[in-house]
Amino acid sequence: MKKHKFVLIILIYFLGLLNVNSTEPDVFVQSTVNRASKILSNDISKEQKIEELKQIAKDTVDISGIGFYTLGSARKSLDDTQKKQYAVLFEKYFLKSFSSRLAEYTNPEIDVFGKEKLNEKYTIVNSLLKATDQRPEVKIDWRIYTKNPENPLIRDLIIEGLSLARTQKEEFASILNSNSGDINILFKTLEEFSKN
Amino acid sequence: MIRKIAIIIITTIALTTNVSAASDGELLLKKNEPAEVKDCFEKLNRATFAFNNALDGIIFKPVASVYKVLPSPVRTGVSNSLDNLSSLVTIPNNVLQGDFSKAGVNTGRFLINTTIGLLGLIDVATYLGLEEYEKEDYGQSLAKHGVGPGCYIVLPVLGPSTARDTVATTLNFLGGDPWYNVTVKNDTQYVSHEDYYTSKVTGGVDFRAKNYNSIENLKKNSVDFYASVKSLYLQDRQQKILNSKKIISTQDDSDWEEIEN
Repeated sequence: MKKHKFVLIILIYFLGLLNVNSTEPDVFVQSTVNRASKILSNDISKEQKIEELKQIAKDTVDISGIGFYTLGSARKSLDDTQKKQYAVLFEKYFLKSFSSRLAEYTNPEIDVFGKEKLNEKYTIVNSLLKATDQRPEVKIDWRIYTKNPENPLIRDLIIEGLSLARTQKEEFASILNSNSGDINILFKTLEEFSKN
Repeated sequence: MIRKIAIIIITTIALTTNVSAASDGELLLKKNEPAEVKDCFEKLNRATFAFNNALDGIIFKPVASVYKVLPSPVRTGVSNSLDNLSSLVTIPNNVLQGDFSKAGVNTGRFLINTTIGLLGLIDVATYLGLEEYEKEDYGQSLAKHGVGPGCYIVLPVLGPSTARDTVATTLNFLGGDPWYNVTVKNDTQYVSHEDYYTSKVTGGVDFRAKNYNSIENLKKNSVDFYASVKSLYLQDRQQKILNSKKIISTQDDSDWEEIEN
């Protein structure tokens, strides 16, 4: 009996620890959104906003995962050197594109209102970007990678049912298809985008 | 003559696109999967896209930038009226898709909003608790009955479409759109063809204004703007056909499972 009690106490203790360390995907999204909103509503220059948004993206987005997803089947034919080269180029491209898109918004108000666990690796978090005089209310879903529950990461934004990662993937596929699958052309395109 | 051409096109497409009754959402999803839609006329499509883009810069963008600063109640009123007119196409399509309860609700919405709502300017129906309005068209009805999208097409001025949706659009001019029938076909003393074309152009400006920042943002941050618009259009059609905004219901996302960290 005593032994059972002891095991139970140990079990509860470890479960408690797990709860403390794991971050719920919806809480994670709301706190990320709050961090971004704070920066966007700050009275600082656009360049400063962009730099701070980039830091949030590095902390909370699985940039490498998105990069390899957007490559589609082409990722299977890359060698290790190309993979490393692509990861660097994609990160620069992503951070520039992501931060410049977000920096256009001032004081966006986003409310997280639900979540749906797809499997151990993914949860979809539902949120609403509140309407303003200039635009209607926008529904935003977040694909959260939860393989490591202590460190959830954003893998996709689905705006009114339209996936940004999917759009990016088809954009890259189009570049590859128009250039006989030459990965170097895609690398060059990403490099040029990041430079401009 | 136009009627004959349309019938020939519909028959050809029906024969070449593997018409079968789509028994469930899975079949519909597979058939309309955006990545599977072929861009058979890519060169021509890209040229038309460039033309449309130039036209947007000269006409739609400047007009939309003025329209979007109009007082919010004015824009909402215009948007409501356009929705009210479009319900004349939605209702027969609710019936074609076997959704009789929605057809009833939308008929109620149209009657209430046209009368009490002052020709659709005020959405009284939603205020009275009637279900939120969702547009349906002949392209969606054909898709529901198993017609595949065919090739991706960019139409001059009208923008992205598919072979199926282009054929479906012609049905509006063959008696499928009551608003077209009373304005253009049977020009009456109350409404004329000008009212029809004005409503269509206003619809384009309203759409451009609602998506003003998103479109500018996309243009600025795309490495291939044509491919981005194509992807977004096809994703949007997919969710409209399936009547769902849930990404897992409207897209094959199995690729995500392969990405490990």
